[in-house]
Amino acid sequence: MKRGLIAAFAGLVFGLGLIVSGMVFPAKVLGFLDLAGGWDPSLALVMAGAIAVGLPAFAWARWAKVKLPDSTRIDRRLVGGSLLFGIGWGLAGLCPGPALVVLGLGDAKALGFVAAMLAGMGLFELLERRARPR
Amino acid sequence: MSVDWHAFTPWPALAGGLLIGLGAALLIRFAGRIAGISGIVGGLLRPMAGDRAWRLAFLAGLLASPWVYALVAGMPRPRIDTGWSLLLVAGLLVGIGTRYGAGCTSGHGVCGLSRLSPRSAVATAVFMTAGFATVFVLRHLL
Repeated sequence: MKRGLIAAFAGLVFGLGLIVSGMVFPAKVLGFLDLAGGWDPSLALVMAGAIAVGLPAFAWARWAKVKLPDSTRIDRRLVGGSLLFGIGWGLAGLCPGPALVVLGLGDAKALGFVAAMLAGMGLFELLERRARPR
Repeated sequence: MSVDWHAFTPWPALAGGLLIGLGAALLIRFAGRIAGISGIVGGLLRPMAGDRAWRLAFLAGLLASPWVYALVAGMPRPRIDTGWSLLLVAGLLVGIGTRYGAGCTSGHGVCGLSRLSPRSAVATAVFMTAGFATVFVLRHLL
């Protein structure tokens, strides 16, 4: 219960950050990704701001021995997956968090994007289960 | 390369970034979980996940955020200009890519870089480069 309330509040703050920063506007994101056009460096500062707060938070987590992702493998899955994600991000200017915020407003196109994203994630689960039957 | 100084919004970008970091910090500090959106959503599709509640709660907060924002300030309506077919392809690629790559802009880009993970640094470099390349092809080659 307590964890649920905290998670909801964290999601709210995270979403407000996506709105204030401009990440929820695909045109803004694409302006950052368009290095050869008139480049909008804003998103670099979004990253800088987020990491400025994240650094001490995760330093604490390590110190407090909170369970963190322990994989250090840099393999084809990581690189190939990130490559596909980056292409999708560049096609529409949407990554998962902002897409969900825009979906929260009841936007039909955000719904289409999120449905396709869920289909992609479901496909991953199917392929994984086929590759490694339990 | 030329910078579009008109479009550059340093203060909102920085302030929004701090809030994003704060959201991630709250989740790791008080719930012991990583604020990686693709991982939070993808975990709901696992058959045996016994930890649905916090995932759904986080997503509820995320979905509600524009309405809370609208209580304080005017919430401009984000416009998705990408056409339907390309949009669906984009969503599919984002879904499958973030699961194989085990993270997206938040999980690798914010949380992973914040904990100085070389794996996340590689993932972030790859998806940023792919994003730059895709926009270059779409806007300047096609």
